[in-house]
Amino acid sequence: MIYLPHTDEDISSMLQVLGIDNLDDLFSTLPEDCRFNGDLNLPEALSEWELNDHMSTLSRNMAVSPEYKVFLGAGSYDHFIPASVSYLLSRSEFVTSYTPYQPEMSQGTLQAIYEYQTLAARLLGMEVATASHYDGATALAEALLMAVRITKRNKVVVSSLIHPLYRRVVQTYFEPTGYEVEELPYLNTGVTDATGLDEMNDLAAVAIQSPNFFGCIENLRVLGQKTHNKEALFVTSFTEALAYGLLKNPGSQGADIVGGEGQSLGIPRSFGGPALGILASGKKHMRSLPGRLVGKTKDLDGKTGFVLTLATREQHIRREKATSNICTNNSLCALAAAMYLASVGGTGIRKLARLNYDKAEYLKKKLKKAGVTITFDTPTFNEFVVEFPSGFETTYKHLLEKKIIAGLCLAPYYPELANHYLLCVTETKSKNDMDALVREVKS
Amino acid sequence: MKEALGTTGLLLNEPLLWEKGKKGRCGFSLPRRDVEPAFLDQELIGEGPDFPDLSEVDVVRHYTRLAQWNFGVDTGMYPLGSCTMKYSPKTNEKQASLPGFTGAHPLLPSGLSQGSLKMMFEFEQYLNEITGMHATTLQPAAGAHGELTGMLIINAFHKKQGYQRSKIIIPDTAHGTNPASVSLCGFRPVSVTSNEQGILSVESIAEIMDPDTAGIMVTNPNTLGLFEENIQKIAEIVHGKGGLVYCDGANMNAVMGMVKMGDIGIDVMQLNLHKTFSTPHGGGGPGSGPVSVAKHLEPFLPVPRVIEENGAYILAEDYPDSIGKISAFHGALGVVIKAYSYIRRMGPENLKKASQLAVLNANYIKEMLKGTLHLPYDRPCMHECVFSDKHQAAQKIATLDMAKRLMDYGFHPPTVYFPLVVPGAIMVEPTETESKEDIDQFVETFKAIANEACE
Ligand SMILES: Cc1ncc(COP(=O)(O)O)c(C=O)c1O
Repeated sequence: MIYLPHTDEDISSMLQVLGIDNLDDLFSTLPEDCRFNGDLNLPEALSEWELNDHMSTLSRNMAVSPEYKVFLGAGSYDHFIPASVSYLLSRSEFVTSYTPYQPEMSQGTLQAIYEYQTLAARLLGMEVATASHYDGATALAEALLMAVRITKRNKVVVSSLIHPLYRRVVQTYFEPTGYEVEELPYLNTGVTDATGLDEMNDLAAVAIQSPNFFGCIENLRVLGQKTHNKEALFVTSFTEALAYGLLKNPGSQGADIVGGEGQSLGIPRSFGGPALGILASGKKHMRSLPGRLVGKTKDLDGKTGFVLTLATREQHIRREKATSNICTNNSLCALAAAMYLASVGGTGIRKLARLNYDKAEYLKKKLKKAGVTITFDTPTFNEFVVEFPSGFETTYKHLLEKKIIAGLCLAPYYPELANHYLLCVTETKSKNDMDALVREVKS
Repeated sequence: MKEALGTTGLLLNEPLLWEKGKKGRCGFSLPRRDVEPAFLDQELIGEGPDFPDLSEVDVVRHYTRLAQWNFGVDTGMYPLGSCTMKYSPKTNEKQASLPGFTGAHPLLPSGLSQGSLKMMFEFEQYLNEITGMHATTLQPAAGAHGELTGMLIINAFHKKQGYQRSKIIIPDTAHGTNPASVSLCGFRPVSVTSNEQGILSVESIAEIMDPDTAGIMVTNPNTLGLFEENIQKIAEIVHGKGGLVYCDGANMNAVMGMVKMGDIGIDVMQLNLHKTFSTPHGGGGPGSGPVSVAKHLEPFLPVPRVIEENGAYILAEDYPDSIGKISAFHGALGVVIKAYSYIRRMGPENLKKASQLAVLNANYIKEMLKGTLHLPYDRPCMHECVFSDKHQAAQKIATLDMAKRLMDYGFHPPTVYFPLVVPGAIMVEPTETESKEDIDQFVETFKAIANEACE
């Protein structure tokens, strides 16, 4: 086996040093009744050649662009990733290192993550971002738990237009804690209905996603004010990070904590993971943040260097009193996002986000013209909800055969929205692709 | 002694990103604009993020220089205890970057995602076989996330039994994520000390196990690199009082094909694919922390589950006792593909051999260094061995000094000051992918450093 460097000679000379005869004797401390004496029932080893064949067969069994036209977003987006980003990200000095506990050996990771934190914070208009979380859903759950710790109140309120799967993760995290999660309904304009807030008291946080699950842009400023009137923390979430290249960022609208997903920023969809949980807050709450942080410092000679900082919040120091249990995070995904944002740049992200917006608007306009109902007239980014004629399931299946995936059927998530679909367009969809979708839907 | 591989480090003077570049540059190729600008309410538009504008060359040089400033397993030996820094085979990376996998949307209709689903399904079976457990979920994103998932399952189990319990027993040798996961799940961790042999005694558990204790969380092999020999009796006691046994399987690299956790009383455990199954650590992640459970806990696993139905794979949601979702989608599939590729390349014999060689390397280092460094538990170890700086104390040389000195010789230092039960701990985990020559050089280097300490 090419991954195992020991020759028989190596093994016997090492065993000799240990004064034993065979590899099995190494396990003398295993009680006999703990031992498994059989052979593992696993497939026989494949050569690298055979593995290539096997994996390419499996991977061909997936519907992916460019062959398929996938108008499906809902928290996982098809964006172009420059070759330079994939190439740099495969540098094995980044890939095969551990968490940068030894700063002398890992200034590369540390500086890159420090820069990522700054880029993420600037994108969101916040002061501090952590080194990463698992995904948008866990970042949101941790943001809400953080709000509970800061306010010492037990109840959080989340908009029903936060990604339904994120809300389920929040439920899972909150289930054993005894803290309460309540939901705000939505208006027929496709944005959160916050009137119920007036009746609620003793809230730790109110959480709003913008652009929300329907793609609609929420009025964060007003919702933030309402939240602050209740002396609760305003937590915002997002699934499409690119939106803030164009739209007002959550920090400028009064967000206290932001937890969302950065997959759009140079990370492939990969069937949903690994992803990039982005968590950010103001400096005021920095010590309550869960997860790792990299800080800038000076060494004894006055040279700038980077280190993990504020570790006293973390599990390896604080154990059960830590702000979170997170240890391994999604560092390499954060690095991908940093490389991506550095490549796109300040001028570029504006143009790219605008192009995404314009393309989605194009499809919206065309569908409207074709007689499809655009359900909500609130402005959207990249995604929007349409109502297709009843019986569209058959058309949907028919379109699958034509290699078009006509969005996400919303009924399983919002039973009241029968025949409604969430469509997504990014810069990867051409005018031709969109025209083809419209043509098929019409016919 | 052979000439040292190391240098005192390649020091580059690489400015921060925003100290580089010039307004108007771009390192990203925009597609041709084939639609007209649409109306957009000015009220919605923000100022745009304050990012630098860099050319592609600027970006490439920046990150290439930063990469050169980093040390990885591909650079040299990385004997970081508890982290299993084994070599990550390159073919794994290649498989995970196949367009069919990277381009897959997680909410595709299952008929259009058979490749990923089949791989997940098979991989779960492999882990069931390796752990001796009944069912597995791939949703947890890392070891600690798996621990949390396991605790949620234990919590849900007791709730279903109609009796809420409040405590979890954790040995003092445990990794920090263990108590943190326990308290995140609303349990109170109760610490139990290990005995003079570095393992849990049956008596200590019998003493504290009570009907208010939901279970025990044991790392096995433990963080001293020792197998918890009393695990079966401990499991009996815990089960006898209605509790469950969680195994932190982060150290599974010691016992693949040697021990099946399901056979020795474990009810639920996590594996760290980024340790045992060769997926790279990426400077801190992403990882993957699948959770495997015994039959009685299967109903509580996160949803959706991948199941086989008439030769096709589907995602099933209908498990009313499930703890729900722990990740937005299906877990870190990009990482799972690498671990899957590893298991397929290794096959059953080599997986077992990998564990044997990992244990051989650790015991060899222990034997070779035990005169030089103090060995608090002088007995056969598993995949890692723990020393301390006690012998060097007279010279006022501490663990940290020796760790830093190792870097000058081209080695990544071992884990230091963990586990907490050994003052000045030096925890060495060579893994099976280090050759005898590299290990000999590590040993000689450590001896030389200890000699320097005496001078
Ligand atoms: C023994 C042990 N348990 C749990 C963990 C946590 O795993 P992760 O970092 O993947 O969350 C680690 C890793 O650091 C570990 O060494």
